[in-house]
Amino acid sequence: MLLEGYGQQLWRGTLETIQLALLSLVFAFVIGLIGAAAKLSRSLWLSFPATIYTTLIRGVPDLVLMLLLYYSFQDWLNRLTDALNQQQIDIDPFFAGVCVLGFIYGAYFTETFRGGVLAVPKGQLEAAAAYGLTNWQVFRRVLFPQMMRFALPGISNNWQVILKATALVSIIGLHEVVRAAQDAITGTSSKGAYHAFFFLSVAGLIYLLLTTLSNLVFMVLERHYSIGIRKPEV
Amino acid sequence: MNELIQQYWQQYLWGGPGHLTGLVITLWLTVASVGLGFFLAVPLAVAKASTNRWVSIPVSLYTYVVRGTPLYVQLLLLYSGVYSLDAVRATPFLNTFFRDAFNCTILAFTLNTAAYTTEIFAGAIKATPHGEIEAARAYGMSNFVLYRCIILPAALRRALPAYSNEVILMLHATTLAATATVPDLLKVARNASSEYYLPFVAYGSAALLYLCVSFAVIWLFQKAERRWLAFLG
Repeated sequence: MLLEGYGQQLWRGTLETIQLALLSLVFAFVIGLIGAAAKLSRSLWLSFPATIYTTLIRGVPDLVLMLLLYYSFQDWLNRLTDALNQQQIDIDPFFAGVCVLGFIYGAYFTETFRGGVLAVPKGQLEAAAAYGLTNWQVFRRVLFPQMMRFALPGISNNWQVILKATALVSIIGLHEVVRAAQDAITGTSSKGAYHAFFFLSVAGLIYLLLTTLSNLVFMVLERHYSIGIRKPEV
Repeated sequence: MNELIQQYWQQYLWGGPGHLTGLVITLWLTVASVGLGFFLAVPLAVAKASTNRWVSIPVSLYTYVVRGTPLYVQLLLLYSGVYSLDAVRATPFLNTFFRDAFNCTILAFTLNTAAYTTEIFAGAIKATPHGEIEAARAYGMSNFVLYRCIILPAALRRALPAYSNEVILMLHATTLAATATVPDLLKVARNASSEYYLPFVAYGSAALLYLCVSFAVIWLFQKAERRWLAFLG
């Protein structure tokens, strides 16, 4: 058989990877919008914590943060359930993976969106307010579409990083595509040694396919968000 | 908590004579892979910026594949994948090289950072002002002299801000070495965490050390930019 009977497992792992990456993206995207708003705010009570958040998260390796958050929360949860004489609750690795990835890459998105917002000419926001648009309307119709155009290269970059970072979540026990490949290697170890090379290459190819696909999606998005913009002629 | 720190602080920083661990290994992994990656990336960037397609397309393919797959998969492939091939085990040199986790890790990190660095440098080379090259040609410079005296010094300077980012990312990526049994800072933190079951203290201390190193690297690059990019400011 083509994948030694492990095709199904690899396919399920791939789906898990895609789900994990997409959900983390949504989570990070929302945190990024809130973080950018906080960081750009004039109130020190909002901008200072947001600055601490982005500085700390971006200064520490993602794998360290992942292990730190996952094991610390499990530890604290155990102590809490012990103190209340309850049964131990195990954090679901998928849920934990989405939260941790979203929390980490939210910091990167904060910086991306902050740059995007700063790149929108201030006069446009003033003009929109002068037309009597509400704050929400200004955000929805003037700020967001333009900010997206400036932030799109950064968003595409962050997305690729999130997609590749899902591979790390196998270390905290999630059955995504790398783990599926490792399971396949253990399962076929008796049939010949080259299987490790084969299945890891398959995992690599799956990632390459996913990054290539997302490149295409971002090309379409870029075209959408640059409607009405004249390209510089060089 | 105090016990953990008393027991492990030396391992976090440098380990002991003859058995280096922790921060020292992390720094060594970073310096070795970034250094080797730099010397690999300069010729590759020149090749990638070349107008000759037979030269630039293979390099583009290499950077595309490396940048499109996770470093973790690359490390696993080089660490456990390559060694599973009979041809590698039958060749004495390859056998000794790939049996050592440290060699595999450095090789994976170097190939990875070289791909990203190639992209950064190639972008900077392509951004060289046309007039500079025209002037150099008018002076009768050969291609080699043109690259050595005009294009590369300016391009490498312009690449500094993006390059500093890549160095920080590489520093952070060295944590993957722990999964290949290399005793770096994260590996020590994992050991400490599982011995005392204090994950927050164990990983938190490692996170603080990584944070300090990140800030030190940022500070060094800021000094470098002030020195070598002054003409752009």
